Amino acid sequence: MKFSKIIASSGEWLSGDGPHRNIVVSSRVRLARNLREKPFPGWAKKAERLEVMRQVKTAVENLPEMSDSYSENLEALSPLEKQVLVERHLISREHAAKGVGSAVVMNAPQTLSVMINEEDHLRMQAICCGLQLDKVFGMINRVDSELEEVLDYAFDSSLGYLTACPTNVGTGMRASAMLHLPGLVMSEQINKIVNSVNKIGLAVRGLHGEGTEAMGNLFQVSNQTTLGETEEEIIGRLNRVIEQILEHEQNARALLAQRKSVTLHDQIGRAYGVLSHAYSMSSKEALNLLSVIKLGVDLGVFSEPCRFPVDELFIETQPAHLQKGAGTQKMSADERDSLRAAIIRAKLSQVQEPDIAHLKARTPDPADDQNDE
Amino acid sequence: MQCDVCQSKEATVFLTQIVDGKMQKVNLCESCSKEKGVNDPTGFALADLLMGLGAAQEIEKSPGALKCQVCGFTQADFKKTGRLGCSACYTVFAEGLSGMLKNMHKGMIHTGKAPAALQVRREQGEKLRTLQESLTQAVAAEEYERAADLRDQIRRMEAGTPA
Repeated sequence: MKFSKIIASSGEWLSGDGPHRNIVVSSRVRLARNLREKPFPGWAKKAERLEVMRQVKTAVENLPEMSDSYSENLEALSPLEKQVLVERHLISREHAAKGVGSAVVMNAPQTLSVMINEEDHLRMQAICCGLQLDKVFGMINRVDSELEEVLDYAFDSSLGYLTACPTNVGTGMRASAMLHLPGLVMSEQINKIVNSVNKIGLAVRGLHGEGTEAMGNLFQVSNQTTLGETEEEIIGRLNRVIEQILEHEQNARALLAQRKSVTLHDQIGRAYGVLSHAYSMSSKEALNLLSVIKLGVDLGVFSEPCRFPVDELFIETQPAHLQKGAGTQKMSADERDSLRAAIIRAKLSQVQEPDIAHLKARTPDPADDQNDE
Repeated sequence: MQCDVCQSKEATVFLTQIVDGKMQKVNLCESCSKEKGVNDPTGFALADLLMGLGAAQEIEKSPGALKCQVCGFTQADFKKTGRLGCSACYTVFAEGLSGMLKNMHKGMIHTGKAPAALQVRREQGEKLRTLQESLTQAVAAEEYERAADLRDQIRRMEAGTPA
């Protein structure tokens, strides 16, 4: 499969459907695996890395899940192409920095991707939209079970899967969900939530994981520990916490709609106004305003068919996605900002003006959950 | 007081965080605190920082200058990178690592998935242990017929033929 085909389709986690889709953008499970007694990628010499890559890449490409796959060595990708994959959460920022001796393999719907020689020999992930951690774990677990038949994994009966960094040893699993929490941010409850989630051994991070800023009211919640619990226990714990956060977010939204409806109308109206009339916009400003529009869709201020174009803009306005559409290799920051504003204006011209009368002042309604599932 | 990260400048930022009921403290200088994003409450997890620092100190406690025979990795390399060299390093640096893992994780023993081939061995090991316990009980209770039967089962399992 060609890279152009990957770029052309938006990937299932963006266009698909799943439980609690409005608040849970995506669910992702990543497993770290290594080959026995082969130096980890960060310590291996180039020849050793190449040897591991050849062995692992063949094994991954031969998986039934990868029958229609995109597979490429990292040195064959341009910085822009790598960045597109980062923005889609298909490879990590660390992996994008790699060159000779590293590779990536992913399936056509972009739900499964395997990074070869990132920090570990294998970092494989499954990603889907909505809250379905059990399903994504099942998907990646099957891939892992198939690979263990052909690859000699580094496994210790008491320490579990051995990884380059001791923080991943054990299950080697990082399960995470991307949450859109404008209600908790606007009602200034988010810090309280982040702190309490941190206290129970889960991590809350920004859009692109470790060390990144929270933009567009998007937060990633993931497990911090990997040793001493089964995969199911970790996911169960994460699920329970996420469901709690969802409830708080829904309550915060309902309360805002009831008690601070003017502020809410104002914010949605301003976001719509700025986005449909701006001629230069940074990606941070775009994300933050789009987040308010997305909230508007959830609250019924914009009609439901607007949901997908708005969600799409979250990705399409990211720096690399902007440029791949424009065809040019290098654009200055100013050029990007003006192109970004143009793309947003064009898309928002299809979205009708906010209809504030439709703002649903509603309390979390059990019927919503049924619709989601 | 010195900064825990750069170990050179005077610490001016003092942080305390409670993770899993354990109190952890870290002292940072102005520039390191900015670099680690301490002022941004969403981007900073003290636990992450402490893990890195703790790692370097813990492993130093291992006696002598250890070196992995498989990949040539040393303690100094670990201190520098916070990563290990290969899977065999976990055995070589086991002593230093155990204290660190205890602080980092929920437990010290992996209870999750195991490669299927190992899973079979794990289950067999457990079965063998139960058989041996029953054997001891049978002998103690002078049930020699049952004991003989159990002994044969154990022998068959150890020889690798299905019981």
